[in-house]
Amino acid sequence: MTSTSPAQPAEKHVAPQADHGDPARSLVARIAEGRAWLFLAGLLICFEVWSRLAFGATFVLNPFNLQSIAIFAVAPLLLATGQTFVIISGGIDLSLGFIMGLAAVIAAHATNMAGAAIPLPLAMLAGILASVIVAGVPGVINGLLISRLRVPPFIGTLGMFGVARGAAFLLAGGTTVPVQNSWFALLGNGKFYGVPYLVLITAIFVIVMHYLLSQTRFGQHNYAIGANVQAARRAGIDIRGHILRLYVLSAMCAGLGGALYAARFTAGAAQAGEPLLLDSVAAVVIGGASLFGGSGTIFGTVAGALVIAVIQYGLVFVNVEPFWQFIAVGVVIIISVLIDQAQRRFSGARQDE
Amino acid sequence: MNSTNQNGPLLEVRNLSKHFGAVRALNDFSMAVRPGEVVALAGDNGAGKTTLIKAISGVFQPTGGEILLRGQPVTFATPQEAREKGIETIYQDLALADNLSIGANIFLGREPMRKAFGFLPVLDRKAMAEAAKQTMGRLDFHVSRLEAPVSNFSGGQRQAVAIGRAVYWDAQILIMDEPTAALGVPEQRKVISLIHQLKAQGRGVIFISHNLQDIFAVSDRIVVLRRGVQAGERKISETNHDEVVKLMVGG
Repeated sequence: MTSTSPAQPAEKHVAPQADHGDPARSLVARIAEGRAWLFLAGLLICFEVWSRLAFGATFVLNPFNLQSIAIFAVAPLLLATGQTFVIISGGIDLSLGFIMGLAAVIAAHATNMAGAAIPLPLAMLAGILASVIVAGVPGVINGLLISRLRVPPFIGTLGMFGVARGAAFLLAGGTTVPVQNSWFALLGNGKFYGVPYLVLITAIFVIVMHYLLSQTRFGQHNYAIGANVQAARRAGIDIRGHILRLYVLSAMCAGLGGALYAARFTAGAAQAGEPLLLDSVAAVVIGGASLFGGSGTIFGTVAGALVIAVIQYGLVFVNVEPFWQFIAVGVVIIISVLIDQAQRRFSGARQDE
Repeated sequence: MNSTNQNGPLLEVRNLSKHFGAVRALNDFSMAVRPGEVVALAGDNGAGKTTLIKAISGVFQPTGGEILLRGQPVTFATPQEAREKGIETIYQDLALADNLSIGANIFLGREPMRKAFGFLPVLDRKAMAEAAKQTMGRLDFHVSRLEAPVSNFSGGQRQAVAIGRAVYWDAQILIMDEPTAALGVPEQRKVISLIHQLKAQGRGVIFISHNLQDIFAVSDRIVVLRRGVQAGERKISETNHDEVVKLMVGG
């Protein structure tokens, strides 16, 4: 074999390949990305038809139904927004349900205590603030366990699930803590031009979180870490700091969820978020995120949470035994994951076998 | 763009040693890379190639010897410091976030921001896409779908993205660890042509490969390592495969 001269003529350069701009592929990818909204539309159509056939009444155009569904979706959605960030980073936060319960109890106690000293509206704000801040504490511990001590997120947050649960029940004295504050009750049950305050607050919060995930460095780094920690580290991203902030953020989302729960029921209960943890994971997955990390959006999660709320409320509305809810939500989760897998295979992207 | 001081070496390594306890992974090793020069690093497994590039790129602190950048002695506590001084390492397993676009990968960790509505800081995706397009154009690599995640691209194209990132941040020394190892033949050729582009732009390249054909296609000089010491240095135009193999195995 003869040696090649170092200075090669430019004509020898191989022409760059065209990138694979296959329109069919991107259509499938787009459908897969928006599947939660398709599910939602499909469900609403189903319930509309069912409702009209069975009762001769509209389902979707009834504002009371829409309000109820939105209220149903508030708490799971708040947990799921935090969960979305965590799952995109490749982790999971199992402690959110009981952090929410802890926050609800704190919100009730703090509002009552502050109400004795300061005007009621300020006491309400103090209660909400206290619950969100206290919720941050288990978040800090989760973050430190996972980022510094390299505890796997599943186990670290499972431990915190127990700790937060116990702390919440201890603080509540094993019962529910009623709130004596008319402003707080108004916040939880009042409406602004027909839109419940709770829904309004959640909507604003969700938009802020969407901004954080899609438009800031924090969000961008979150995606990068979920896809390739090694690459993120080599790019100079402070992984440990990011993970810490991430779990504090998700815990504070649960904290807000707890405060709004206390407002809605004018009571704090330790078990407030117990059934919502898995709903939050389900909302994120139905919303198009992958549990392997690296993908997902806040608006997808919104659709996922609404899908679950519509199933739960809709089945009650058409008078089906409530146990069917579990089956229906379960089936939607499985279909959603199957679509995700199929899309990965089809796009030839990196697969974890 | 290239601040070269009269053909002096961009990077010089003098009597560099790295010992791990009693193991002398690298011993009294010297080499230099001039602007626009591609230096191949060859050697059997365990010959010390990886130790050398890790010492140059700031991953390891050398036990002895010195590294000079444009004649100035430098030390790097972290890979970030080396990168800030213009030494970029392109890893074999590609340090890319597959789910992000080319632009987002180029800017990973130092994303440009702009103010939306005059006050709200948001990622400047347009600037990222624009920079991606220009940078990839300089590498003779033209993409139309700048917003697509890099997982949609082939191995060679992704290699080009990794190189593009280094070029964008104006790396003067690129260390490429087996850049062609995981690629098909046409893709390998594409990477070889990318290295020619880097050379034409006056950058220095340290090219590590097991593939002598690639080494002979792209390098100006070859430095052979054997058991942590320099076993020989040849101009590519004055040597051949057989001689290099002999240097590598010590025959």
